[in-house]
Amino acid sequence: MLILECPYCGVQCEETELHADGEAHLKRFGPGSSDDEFEGYLFRRENPKGVHFERWRHVNGCGKYFHAARCTATLEVFGTYSAQTLEPPKDLQDKISAKRPGWTWRELKGEG
Amino acid sequence: MSTRLSSGGRLLNKGKQISFAFNGKQFQGFEGDTLASALLANDQMLVGRSFKYHRPRGIVASGAEEPNALVGLGMGSKFEPNQRATTTELFDGLNCTSQNHWPSLEFDIGAINNKMARFLPAGFYYKTFMAPRAAWKHLFEPIVRQSAGLGAAPKDRDADRYEHYYAFFDVVVIGGGVAGLQSALAAAKAGAKVLLMEQTAHWGGRAPVDGGSIDGAPVDDFIAAALAELKGMENVTLRTRMMGSGVYDHGYMLGYERLTDHTPDMAGPRHRLWRIRAKQIVTATGAIERPLSFAGNDIPGVMLAGALRDYVVNYGVSAGDRVVVVTNNDDAYRTALALKEHGLEVPVLLDARPEGAGALADEARAAGIRVENGKAIAKVQGGKRVTGVAICNQSGEGAVLEEIAADAVAMSGGWSPVVHLWSHCGGKLTWDDAQAHFRPDNSRPPLGADGQGFVKVAGAANGEFGLNAIMADATAVGIAAAEAAGITAATKLAAPAAESAAEANPAAVWLMPQGAGPALRMKAFLDYQNDVKVSDVMLAAQEGYESVEHTKRYTTLGMATDQGKLSNINGLATLAHSLNVDIPQVGTTTFRPPYTPISLGAIAGEARDEIFQPLRRTPIHDWHEEQGAFFEPVGHWRRPYCFPRKGETHAQAVSREINQTREALGLLDASTLGKIIVKGPDAGKFLDMLYTNMMSTLKPGKCRYGLMCNENGFLVDDGVVARIDEDTFLCHTTTGGADRIHGHMEDWLQCEWWDWKVYTANVTEEYAQIAVVGPKAREVLEKLGGMDVSKEGLKFMEWADGELAGIPVRAYRISFSGELSYEIAVPASLGRALWDKLLEAGAEFNVMPYGTEALHVMRAEKGFIMIGDETDGTVIPQDLNMQWAISKKKEDFLGKRAQMRTHMADPNRWKLVGLETLDGSVLPDGAYVPAGGTNANGQRNTQGRVTSTYHSPTLGKGIAMALVHNGPDRMGEVLEIPGTDGKTYKARICDPVFYDKDGEKQNV
Amino acid sequence: MSEALLQSALNGAHSDGFVRVEELGVQGMITLRGDFASAGFAAAVEKVTGLALPAQRKISIGENATVAWMSPDELLVLVDYASVDATVAALTEGLAGEHALVANVSDARAFFRLSGDDGAVRDVMAKVAPVDFSPEAFGPGDIRRTRLAQVAGAFWSPEPGVMQVICFRSVAQYAFDLLRISSETGGEVGHLG
Repeated sequence: MLILECPYCGVQCEETELHADGEAHLKRFGPGSSDDEFEGYLFRRENPKGVHFERWRHVNGCGKYFHAARCTATLEVFGTYSAQTLEPPKDLQDKISAKRPGWTWRELKGEG
Repeated sequence: MSTRLSSGGRLLNKGKQISFAFNGKQFQGFEGDTLASALLANDQMLVGRSFKYHRPRGIVASGAEEPNALVGLGMGSKFEPNQRATTTELFDGLNCTSQNHWPSLEFDIGAINNKMARFLPAGFYYKTFMAPRAAWKHLFEPIVRQSAGLGAAPKDRDADRYEHYYAFFDVVVIGGGVAGLQSALAAAKAGAKVLLMEQTAHWGGRAPVDGGSIDGAPVDDFIAAALAELKGMENVTLRTRMMGSGVYDHGYMLGYERLTDHTPDMAGPRHRLWRIRAKQIVTATGAIERPLSFAGNDIPGVMLAGALRDYVVNYGVSAGDRVVVVTNNDDAYRTALALKEHGLEVPVLLDARPEGAGALADEARAAGIRVENGKAIAKVQGGKRVTGVAICNQSGEGAVLEEIAADAVAMSGGWSPVVHLWSHCGGKLTWDDAQAHFRPDNSRPPLGADGQGFVKVAGAANGEFGLNAIMADATAVGIAAAEAAGITAATKLAAPAAESAAEANPAAVWLMPQGAGPALRMKAFLDYQNDVKVSDVMLAAQEGYESVEHTKRYTTLGMATDQGKLSNINGLATLAHSLNVDIPQVGTTTFRPPYTPISLGAIAGEARDEIFQPLRRTPIHDWHEEQGAFFEPVGHWRRPYCFPRKGETHAQAVSREINQTREALGLLDASTLGKIIVKGPDAGKFLDMLYTNMMSTLKPGKCRYGLMCNENGFLVDDGVVARIDEDTFLCHTTTGGADRIHGHMEDWLQCEWWDWKVYTANVTEEYAQIAVVGPKAREVLEKLGGMDVSKEGLKFMEWADGELAGIPVRAYRISFSGELSYEIAVPASLGRALWDKLLEAGAEFNVMPYGTEALHVMRAEKGFIMIGDETDGTVIPQDLNMQWAISKKKEDFLGKRAQMRTHMADPNRWKLVGLETLDGSVLPDGAYVPAGGTNANGQRNTQGRVTSTYHSPTLGKGIAMALVHNGPDRMGEVLEIPGTDGKTYKARICDPVFYDKDGEKQNV
Repeated sequence: MSEALLQSALNGAHSDGFVRVEELGVQGMITLRGDFASAGFAAAVEKVTGLALPAQRKISIGENATVAWMSPDELLVLVDYASVDATVAALTEGLAGEHALVANVSDARAFFRLSGDDGAVRDVMAKVAPVDFSPEAFGPGDIRRTRLAQVAGAFWSPEPGVMQVICFRSVAQYAFDLLRISSETGGEVGHLG
């Protein structure tokens, strides 16, 4: 059972306090978007073995949504961060590069 | 025969005798006995029948690894099947029965399977599937059913209670033997907060039985001193009778504490499941002795050598007067010596190794024991107990050299580290060829949240078997665990010097004798509990099962309640041998929690009876209960379905409630409706995105009905929105939708439009809400007095704050029934008071509280949709002809883009219509409307389905709503709808608004 | 007026196991959302409650009011039930011009008090919430929102030997039964005590 630190209230939450909410950093496509764009937004998801970015909600707690970067193979947690951002913070990406050189996720590319 | 000795018994209180019953026979034991030791003390060698062949079986082990001695323990509401006699502490009045036999343990008809054994080989069960169907039904199934299962399921409700407990530690040490004690001490001295748990009632583990010395003193002295020191430390928690059940991700682990199993009359919970977070876990779980595979190794009286020694030393019980010892390692010599020391006969010690043992061999010979190197057991003689053994050369095929009378056999196939907890969360193993066992590969531990290992292993569990090595390892591991937990060691404990006899390496002996032929292999058992023999695993290999995971499932090796604690290594060594590969190539099966079975009660914890799950109650709930309401669950809420009166059916009650509401006055407890405040300068803009219709144009003081869709375009909720002031809206959601919709709002605000100035607050439970409905609704409110509820003062779809009968309220003039209707919101603490006043004031109108069914029928009469009835997660507002609620002016709202997809705009989507039955009967709920022909799967084509269906007392006939292909264009057409009752119903398509189409009644 | 008609969720139900559990009567509670970084917000809170904004997961207990940190943009203000309307009005007035939300939620919750030996009180809580209740991890001045077995809840310890617990009103009976059963005599854990 995972532990993730809620970046909003600082609690080391065990999984029963949390609700998993799917993939992070989806870009919304609304009216005016193409069928392909809309399909990608609604249905296309990453399924990596390794580095992944997810949305979680501290539902039994402060109620805030946040992002988590973790490894789906080892369950290592690289970090959690604000939901009010379009991509993972640079220092977190660097930290992941140090641990998983050459990682990729969607258009993101790690160093090394 | 097995019996109580005059010597030995270090765990017993011989001053206190205890009575217990086995299969109705009364026996005596001592305080400190396990059920197993007490049974042996009473010469009860035969304790059960095996699973498949119903062979007589006796006690094999002395601890958690016991495969045979499973009993049904307790009676009635305290009964529990499959309890291990070896881990059951004896208590006065214990009552148990043996399992898996009929009609009796001594005489069992199922034992015929034993005679049929060669017709019931590995994979028998699967092979039956290949036979004709009839054979399965009439031949195999009855046999399999008859022989399946171990103990009987309890019949009564469990009388005990259970609980969970959350605990947090730097270091958790599992296992209270000398290694665990020393590791805990080392971690605690370093400054870590430590939990040390031991699954039995005693500290010290095997060491006091095995002997040796620590710091020049007997092991017992070390244990006492270590315990005293640990008890004196504030940062240490010690728990006995607590098993490390499982290790999970990120340092989570379960400790299974058995509180009253040994004193069932004591108050309090029976089991407590500790849900622990540990920064580091040290498994000091020791090792388990392996049986040897020789013919007749399952006859009662054949036991593990270490167990025989335990029974003599710990419980003063001998399994027999003449014990033959057979081994591939030095440790069994300790058993021979202990037996001798307690005055028992060891006619011969058979050591399969040609070169024999180390120092212990000299000791044994000095004690007068005949030691035979390179020798083995050809077969054990006896039926329900051992009568003798036939001796052969280990290197041969089993030619008998000598027969020796004996009443017990002590066997030792070497020791396997208990690696289960290490493996649960992904710790890897390495094969140690010298010791012939798998031990933890410390370079590949289970990984925690930080990517570092969080489990360490100490002592015998780590493959360390000499006492000095164990103490050194345990000390180092304890310190390392504290450091890994982030503690800078305050004091680094030094390892004590320990001494034990030097041992020669064991030999890998997987079959005895090495060249045993088919007849012997068929009687050489690997898995006692599931009756898997050497011959079965060989057959599986021969039939092509090369993977150990496949072989396991095919033969059921290791799949019984002991999860292969004794059989695992022997089984895969046999498989490797059959496949002609090395053991590491075959690999191991996956170890999964729990380590030994834990009670279902402990898993459920406190969640039973009144707190099985939370029931949500409105502030008026007690009144409903007093009136004998019939409740229905709506989410976790309990809402009155109807209020039946004496002699009334539910249908009659619903009709009465509707009629009286439509004629005069009804009251509904609508407190469960979701209520969410949405406030801020951007609130209107936000609600325009959330609802399909326009909310920003709503004027303060007014209400508007709205629909909410998800990004897939599907309808997810509906409700009335009231604008409180320029910046503030109050959104009503469905009963089940409050939390979900609040989360949905927060999701969009936090994750997409975080620059919009909007705050939300879920105030669902702040208010009780009472719908006052019917032609007399205004009159009754005016009677209470305090605010203007007149036609002009509070118009349809308006709200106002005020007072009624001195109670502060907010009145919404909205209607879900088609009648003149007010929904009165009141602070929850005053909800019951207002309800009582309405009943009092409404008495003259014969006020009628009504339930959810009347609500449903009345809304259906009006053609109002219900989320969850007309919608099912695939329905869009357009399907419900609700284009009027979808803004065409708005550029965007959630779901708009999806509703433009071709499938959503397809004119062939089923659309909402009303249905009225031709004969007035009620259509079956959820019924499909068939169309001609069949689809690709040969199923009948359909053209629609019934979404809501009721008897309308207002109209005196069955009415329904349905989604029908081209429905709105087919008004007047009669559909044929088959029910599951064999009848075909005829219904005419009509307008879904059955009652007061022009809305005159609600607008008075 | 209506005071005499007020009914708290469980009418003061109580139980005495190895820890005493009691439902406290009606309690004034106000949800306050706003921008903690705004000077105007903090000033308004201080003016009305006499208390500075609490730090993350802290609760400030004053003479006439208690202010608890609920999330980075949400506070819970506790005052007497009778003075809630006045407090709401004062906060609303003080926050005029700020983007903020003030909502009276006094009736939305049930309020419990556990009392007894400090360790025993902590042990009872540790049976129902996945939280480290050791005194070094959770002490006076701390507040935690989490779950109580299957329902959402929050709690704080105003003084050793006392734990105050809130949950939603509709599940008051569940929460009370949960705490009552968890504190039944015979269920002592003796771990944090």
